[in-house]
Formats: sequence, C-alpha cells, structure tokens
Amino acid sequence: MTEEIIIAGFGGQGILSMGKIMAYSGVMQDMEVSWMPSYGPEMRGGTANVTVILSDEKISSPILRQFDTAIILNQQSLDKFEDSVKKGGILIYDSHGIVRHPERTDISLYCISAVEEAAKMNNPRTFNMIVLGAYLRIRPVLTLENVVKGLGKSLPERYHYLIPDNEKALRRGMEIIGPAS
Amino acid sequence: MERELRLMKGNEAVAEAAIRAGTDGYFGYPITPQSEIVEYLMEANPAETTGMVVLQAESEIAAINMVYGGAGCGKKVMTTSSSPGISLMQEGITYIAGAELPCLIVNIVRGGPGLGTIQPAQSDYFQAVKGGGHGDYHLIVLAPASVQEMADFVELGFELAFRYRNPVMMLSDGALGQMMEKVYLNPQKERSGISPDWATTGKPPGRERNIITSLELDSAKQELFNLKLIEKYNEIREKEVRFEEYQCEDAEYLFVAYGTSARICQKSVQLARNEGIRAGLLRPVTLFPFPEKQISRLAEKVKIILSVEMSAGQMIEDVILAVGGKVPVFHFGRMGGMVQTPEEVLDFLKLKIKEA
Amino acid sequence: MAEVTGIKDYIRPENLVYSKTRLMTDNVLHYCPGCGHSTAHRILAEIIDEEGLQQDAIGISPVGCSVFLYNYIDIDWQEAAHGRAPALATAIKRLCPDKFVFTYQGDGDLAAIGTSETIHSCNRGENFLIIFINNGIYGMTGGQMAPTTIPGMKSSTSPYGRDTVRMGFPLKITDIVATLPGTYYVSRQSVHTALNVRRAKRALKKAVQYQSLNRGTCFVEIVSNCPAGWKMTPVEANKWLEENMLPYYPLGDLKVPQPEKDLNPGSTD
Repeated sequence: MTEEIIIAGFGGQGILSMGKIMAYSGVMQDMEVSWMPSYGPEMRGGTANVTVILSDEKISSPILRQFDTAIILNQQSLDKFEDSVKKGGILIYDSHGIVRHPERTDISLYCISAVEEAAKMNNPRTFNMIVLGAYLRIRPVLTLENVVKGLGKSLPERYHYLIPDNEKALRRGMEIIGPAS
Repeated sequence: MERELRLMKGNEAVAEAAIRAGTDGYFGYPITPQSEIVEYLMEANPAETTGMVVLQAESEIAAINMVYGGAGCGKKVMTTSSSPGISLMQEGITYIAGAELPCLIVNIVRGGPGLGTIQPAQSDYFQAVKGGGHGDYHLIVLAPASVQEMADFVELGFELAFRYRNPVMMLSDGALGQMMEKVYLNPQKERSGISPDWATTGKPPGRERNIITSLELDSAKQELFNLKLIEKYNEIREKEVRFEEYQCEDAEYLFVAYGTSARICQKSVQLARNEGIRAGLLRPVTLFPFPEKQISRLAEKVKIILSVEMSAGQMIEDVILAVGGKVPVFHFGRMGGMVQTPEEVLDFLKLKIKEA
Repeated sequence: MAEVTGIKDYIRPENLVYSKTRLMTDNVLHYCPGCGHSTAHRILAEIIDEEGLQQDAIGISPVGCSVFLYNYIDIDWQEAAHGRAPALATAIKRLCPDKFVFTYQGDGDLAAIGTSETIHSCNRGENFLIIFINNGIYGMTGGQMAPTTIPGMKSSTSPYGRDTVRMGFPLKITDIVATLPGTYYVSRQSVHTALNVRRAKRALKKAVQYQSLNRGTCFVEIVSNCPAGWKMTPVEANKWLEENMLPYYPLGDLKVPQPEKDLNPGSTD
C-alpha cells in the first residue's frame, strides 16, 4: 500500500503541521513516510503545500505530480491541484471561500465545512484536525490511535495539554463524513 | 548497535548526526535552505554534553577559516552552507585542500547563479567536483539521496576526510534538507580527544614543530607536492567509488542521477516498467570519485542513457566521458528551483526512444 | 695575568653580552636590512621562551612579509589565507582552550582584507593575542598603498602621495578595537629605537600574561618601518617613522584592564 497525498492551502492554516502529524502517525504505524514541504517566503501568508507519502515499501520520489489524495483548503490550491489527482483518487476540500467547485467526475469529491465546524466547537485552531479526521474516515490508512500518538510526537511537550481538544476535533471530522463504510 | 528511530528533516539529521559522531567543532553562518542545521545545534547545545563547540561565525569566509584552524589542530570540524555561501568559502576550501586538512563541508544546494532562488537545485556539481577554488585539487564528494544518508554521511565523511587528509563535501540539496523521513541514528560517540601527529597542538620537547601551510615558493617542491596529491586522488579513485544500481540487470534504458534526482528517477523506472519499458537507474553515491567504470560497463548493454539533474547539465559531462561514445547520452532536468517530476523524466525518455 | 694572543680568548661565557634567542631557529631571516619584523620576531620569541609557553603556543602567520614567520620561531604554526588569521585563531583557541594562541599580521592582512575577521574576533572577545605590524605599506608585493598609509605618503599605488579625497583616510583600526567590549588590553608600540624595543617588549609580555587570564582579546600594534618599500635607508626610515608615522599613530596603551587587580606588570613607559 502506498498513499500519495498533497495538502495545500494558505500559510497559517496548519497545512505543514497536518502533514507532519500524518508522517509521525505513519511512523507509529511502522510505515515508511516522507514529508516534503514547500518552503521559503511563501510559508509566510502565501500558499503552502506539503506532499506526504505513506507506504509499506521504501519510498522512491518524494516529489510527485500525481496524487492519490488531495486535501485542498483554498481556491488557489484547488485550481492548481484538481488535475493532479489520479483517476479514481480522492479530493477533499473545505467549502470556505470556494467560489468554483471541482468539476472532475473521475475522482471522488468530498466537500467539508471544517472551518464552520471548528467555529462551532469554539476552537478555530483545531480546524486542520477536523480536516484530518475527515480524511481518516474517507481513507483509513492510519488508525485514530496512531494519529493521536503521532500528534503527541509532533507537538512539543509544552503543548501536550492541547491533545484532548485535537482528538475531539479529529473525531468530529470523522463524524461529518458519516459512519465508516 | 542500537540505532534510534526518529522522523527528521535532512538538515536536522545532519546536525544530530554531527553531535553523535563526536564532532569537535561546527562553524557556520545562516542561509536558507539550511539554517535549521545551526539552529538545531544551538538548541541542542552540545557544549554541555559532548563539549562540541558550535559557533555562528560572522560570515561564511570566517566559518571556513575557522574550520581550517580547527582541522589544523587535528579536530573533527565541519561547516554547512548553501550555494552562495559555499561560493564564499571557496578560498578557504582550496587552502584546506592545499594544507591537506580533513574536514566536512555540507552544501544544501539551491538554484543559481547569483543570489538565485532558495528552492532546491543541483547546479553546484561543477563547483563541488571540478574544483570551485583555484589550483589542482579535489574534494571527496558524497551525494546523499535520503535523510538517512544525510545522517550516515556525516560519519562516513569524517572517516574519509581523516583517512586521506582531504576535505570532504556532502553535496545535498534544498529538497533533502527540508524533507522529513525516518532516520535511524547511531548512538552517541565520545569525542576522540586525540589529535594526529601532524596537528598543531603545541610543540612538546623532542618533536619537530608542526606547520600547517599550503605555501611553497620553490616550484620544484610545489610540483612534487602536486604529484603527491595526484597520487592520493588516484588512490581515492581506486578505492572509494560508491554507487547504487536499481533495476539495471535487464535495463535497455539507463538513468544516471544522484541525490533528489535519483529518488525521482527511481519512480520513473517504476512508471516505465509499468508500461513495459525496461529502464534502470545508476545512482552515483560518490561524485568524486565518479563511478565511471560502472557506467562504462552499463553503456555496453543499454540503448540510451539519460543524465538527469536539477541543472542545465553538469554531471552529464562526466557521464559522456565514462560512456565514451558507445551510446547516445542526453541531459534532462529542471532548473532555478523547479524540480522535474517522475512523469516528466519518463516522458522525455519516451521522446528519445521515439526519436531513436 | 694571561697573555692575550687572539680573538678566541675573548669568546668566553663571562664576556657574552648578546646571543640568539633560544626559540629562534637557525633559518636565515629573509627580511630586508633594517626591517622591524626581525626585531618584533625576536622579542616575541624571547617572551614565549621566558613565559615557558613553547609547548602551549600555537601561532598563526599571515600573508605578507611575515608569511614565513613559521620558519623562524620554534613552535607549532598554522599559515592562514590573507586576512583570515583571527578566524583560525578563534577555532583553535575554542577547541584547544588551554593553549596560548596568537596571530601575527600586517596592515594589509589585518586592516584591509581581514577587517571583518579582526573586528568580529575582538568583538566576541576571543581569547587570543593579535600582534599587528603596521608599516603603512604593502611590503611583500612591492610597496603599494595600505589601509594605514598616512595622508600624503607615497607608495606605488599612491605615487603622488595619499590623497584622502580620492583614496580615503587611513584606518586607525587599533583605536577601533580598543572601543570594543571584547578586547582586554590594547597597546601601540614601536621597535625603531632600543628604548622603544624595551617598551614594546614590556607591552607584549604584559599582553601574553593577560592572555592567560582568558578575559578577552589582547591586541598589540607595532608601528614599524619598510626601508625597501619606503625607498629609504634604514636610518632614514626610522627617522621618517618618528617624524611622520608616530604623530598619526601615537604610542602607548589604548586600553588597560579596569580595575587592574589580577596582574601588576611594570608600566610600559
């Protein structure tokens, strides 16, 4: 099993950290992982993206053009990466600020409202964990247990008190997709 | 030997491996995309644990000359930088080569020329492999292709540097520096505390004074020294070639690529084979010495060779020399911080197959 | 009373008034007649010997006339690229903190191409000694203008005299480093008369002793001559130095430790 993922959106949306948590979770699950960020000035407020690969085998290229799953959090990134999803792949996007929705018919589209959900939970900063929860329900390549472990590895210890809130957000994200298929 | 599993950026892996290798001193200057190295070292503060000296110098010029001074004392010393900073260090590097001092220099390459871009590139191949500074000298050049190798090559680099009294360069790039992968780290080694007999450590009674210099105004003597260096480089060519073959046994088409490009080409090989195209990859692990014999041997049985680099085509010159006209050799690669995708590489190969 | 029969009878230990310093090697100095480098080398070698530092000393020679300093004093040496000696010394001292580390640099090396390394080492308060030979000219390369060439002074690249409008002013780098918090002791001396040699030796010795405290950088400038580059006889050169260089670069201590309680060497005056 190899899962090739792109996560893209605005800098500051927690894109790189979401990818990092997925990579740590993969390590917890004894998988090979790679986390390849866009870096530089674009990290500060511009668009940011990160390629995460989770695999049972040794990973070859950390840089990809085609992805199994795209997690898209703004319009610019949707325009840029819609065509990069492999046929039969998955595109998860947050509806917030989206004016042109994806049009492909050969992939599975999931429109979620994580921004809204996070606001409802009075914790906008856990927005990215709601997105990650949704992904985990759609593509259960990582167990929730390992993701929570990965969260613990990814966060510096002084932030560990935030783990319960983040776990709640992960569960909420899973719920908004619906029951496990 | 119990190795510790960590998920790390390539840059962090270099820093952590340096501490664990028992490095005596690190001297550097911040530059993107490698500043995590000096940041990591400052945060880890190994002065308190291993006694390793970590100093942020006033410039890359000062940093490389600090490396000269430390290496002259026989200490395990290193610096890291990225392309523009490595250019500034070239004076120091040729003096280090001329004084036959061991040290490790890491280049996390970004696109150029000039200030260029901060995104990854492989456009410093000529500088690393063909000289960079003035005079007849070679660095031993190691090209990691994973975060694991960025850690491993710190220790390997020091080992080769001290074995040959020669500066070693780890030629990496911004992608490897910034990406995170699993890495198994060696346990902490003690700093050796022992200096080689040629080092300047203060002259005890009964030994001749040690002089570290690259100066020789007597041309006849300088020529003898140059001949000695050539002999050393030939020994390195003989003994230290490292490379990796991937699916080469039955390959009709061969990619030659190092570092990040090699990782990309590995995927291109998989994609090609899915389509029934028998492609293979030779990855030079050492760029000096270059695996010319291995490439020459493979050139006997493949139809086309693609030299794939994130540059305008630098390593290709060494590939062409190794192939000796036996088969056509083409360059493919993106530049300026753009990185070719596995699909682009395969498309180019298909184009060349069609044209043949 | 023995009868004096020849010169050999005078060569007796009790008649010895001058001898080669123990730490000076037998290599023949390559300096021009009358050059201050030879004198500066000698007092440096004497001090290292007197302080018992031969086993602990690591010197860094520069690029310039004194590039071959490593041939003359019997200690361990590193030869630096032009201007970089303080960078080497920084690493050497930090990696070998129990050693006595010093650089010996000319004006082009220290105050032109190596200004950055000089200022930053002094500002970090690196615990080594800098000996700065200032003769206002590039001696080795044939008498070109130096950063310390005084206004009006002729050189091969200021043949009509240094014009400060076009060529800028001489850099009083010793005055600059004296203002830096990292320096511990800063002094300017000369070796053009026997009296000045004695004073310079006292200052240098004090600097070497202060250096052992590891309280910061010690910096001793020696205003020197260059008979060949200045196109003068040694006697003329020393007279010119006294009349022209010293008014611009006055001698004396520029910075002394405050309060001076750890050591109390004699005054340098």
